[in-house]
Amino acid sequence: MSATILLAQALNGLQLAMLLFLLAAGLTLVFGIMDLINLSHGTLYMMGGYFAATVFQVTGSFWLAMGTAVPLAFLLGVALELLLLRHTYRRSHLDQVMVTFGVMVFFEDLVKLLWGNASQRLATPTLLQGQVELMPGVVYPIYRLGVIALGIVVVVALYLFVQRTRLGMLIRAGASNRRMVSALGVNIDLLFTLVFGLGAALAGLAGAVVGPVSSVEPGMGNHALILSFVIIVVGGIGSIRGALVAALALGLIDTVGRALIAAALHEFLPPAMASGITPALASTLLYVMMAAVLVLRPSGLFPAPGR
Amino acid sequence: MSVTPVPGRLGSVRRLEITRLAGPAVLAAFAVLPVYAALSGDDYLLSVAARMLIWALAAVSLNLILGYGGMPSFGHAAFFGIGGYAVGVLSQHGIDNGFLQWGVAIAVSAVVALLIGALSLHSRGFYFIMITLAFAQLLYYLAQSAYGYGGDDGMTIARHSRLGGWIDLADRPQFYYLCLALLVAALVGTDRIVRSRFGRVLRGAASNDRRMQAIGFPTFRYRLTAFVISGTVAGLCGALLANDILFVSPSMMSWIRSGDLFAMVIIGGAGTLFGPLYGAVALLGLEELLMTWTEYWRLLFAPILIALVLGSPAGIDGLLGRRGGGPGRR
Repeated sequence: MSATILLAQALNGLQLAMLLFLLAAGLTLVFGIMDLINLSHGTLYMMGGYFAATVFQVTGSFWLAMGTAVPLAFLLGVALELLLLRHTYRRSHLDQVMVTFGVMVFFEDLVKLLWGNASQRLATPTLLQGQVELMPGVVYPIYRLGVIALGIVVVVALYLFVQRTRLGMLIRAGASNRRMVSALGVNIDLLFTLVFGLGAALAGLAGAVVGPVSSVEPGMGNHALILSFVIIVVGGIGSIRGALVAALALGLIDTVGRALIAAALHEFLPPAMASGITPALASTLLYVMMAAVLVLRPSGLFPAPGR
Repeated sequence: MSVTPVPGRLGSVRRLEITRLAGPAVLAAFAVLPVYAALSGDDYLLSVAARMLIWALAAVSLNLILGYGGMPSFGHAAFFGIGGYAVGVLSQHGIDNGFLQWGVAIAVSAVVALLIGALSLHSRGFYFIMITLAFAQLLYYLAQSAYGYGGDDGMTIARHSRLGGWIDLADRPQFYYLCLALLVAALVGTDRIVRSRFGRVLRGAASNDRRMQAIGFPTFRYRLTAFVISGTVAGLCGALLANDILFVSPSMMSWIRSGDLFAMVIIGGAGTLFGPLYGAVALLGLEELLMTWTEYWRLLFAPILIALVLGSPAGIDGLLGRRGGGPGRR
């Protein structure tokens, strides 16, 4: 395989990693701070995509679509937390799994009822259309570069927010010792709602941004949900840094590994068979990696202190 | 019963009796259902009920590790796939001897459960959920890449497993009663296991593993044994499902199916004998009922599910009045 293809795959991996990080950051905070297993996180991602696609279809403006999808996802997250999920904090993890599973299937059918089964159109904005030649022989879509850039901006912003602000400090404290934070007089209810809303906004952003690259359709959240759980488990629950490292690792392993497996299979097998097997076999890579990490480090790579 | 009718007391006595009778009553209803189906000519009812029995059997097997053993496996549907593909693959190669097919289904399930269990049981809680999910996803994608055996589309099975001259699985009532018999056997087996010394160690390990080890029990071996028993029974369910619809595909081992099983155990009442049966009947029955009303039945199903979980922490079994539950619910 040529170096140029490998570079393009590495960029694809980076782009996937950034999307996965947007999802996993919120999920790991909600789990780490609120001790809530939230299967409806993929729903917030899906709804972000639908909000953006709908605004785009009505107004024709990509930027307006992005600008409204994120606050709408935030509001949906806050509403979910206040109305329903708040009542599950004292319950077992198994009950939380069931309640958020209910939310997930509810929204999946709601989306089918309101928007139908067909995938929704969300086009690339004029500014980010076309491709750019990064190196001789390496052409890459500008939009995907934009996704990578956005991911880096969010990583930096989230880092500054968590490390340098008072709210960020409370979030870090909450991730390592919830009860102590609440005993010190912090309004933990409000903190929980804000953290959940933040996670929802990030998931909504990911769903909106992914629209032009893949499709906005019912069930788009299911696969994303599983991948983000893999990331937070590999990274260590409650650790944003762990989520970033795991997202980068998984994104690169998935895309580069896929290309390598495809190349290897095409060497040995007839083309039709190789193309048929590649996607499935490549999908096992992530799970092999997660299982290996958990066998060696039962609490992930970067376990949050105090857990 | 000679109880003086003290207000309040009477209620609890009555509820206790309902609890004792509810499980056997449900089984009795299943036993006479084919008669009703034959009289009314409702073949569909019989096939729905058979599906309930198979899923109930799988839920009973999951309950042993999830409810009594405190091991929340989120990859139990993988064993459906193993059992189903054992039947499908052997059948494709012209082997339709049921004893051989089912024997392979059980043996492979046992070996796979031993491997997964040995690697997973050091993880706890949510990490256990995720590592079992990982192994199940692995098998799911392997089935998808099983190129000669239908790949992603799955494969149809030419004929039912042949169980000698004893039982003809193509005959719906016979198939139905085989499923019922297996379910009853699994319930009796679970009851005996849970009451045995083995079961006590298992439940002890679920509530406080470190203490059990300190007393001197090598709990890992006990938990692994329970995991293998559970996986093996689920593998048998896979062989039954394959015979039910004469079709196997990777989708029968997707994580959504594992989630369905999980829901049946939790909704029915984890760590109770009949809970998984109630859960399977309730969820599949609700699905059938709501689907006749609307294509978007989950819009109604989800609120009921959420209300059940929030309203009754001990599941349907808890609604019927039994106090306490297994140690699996913390």
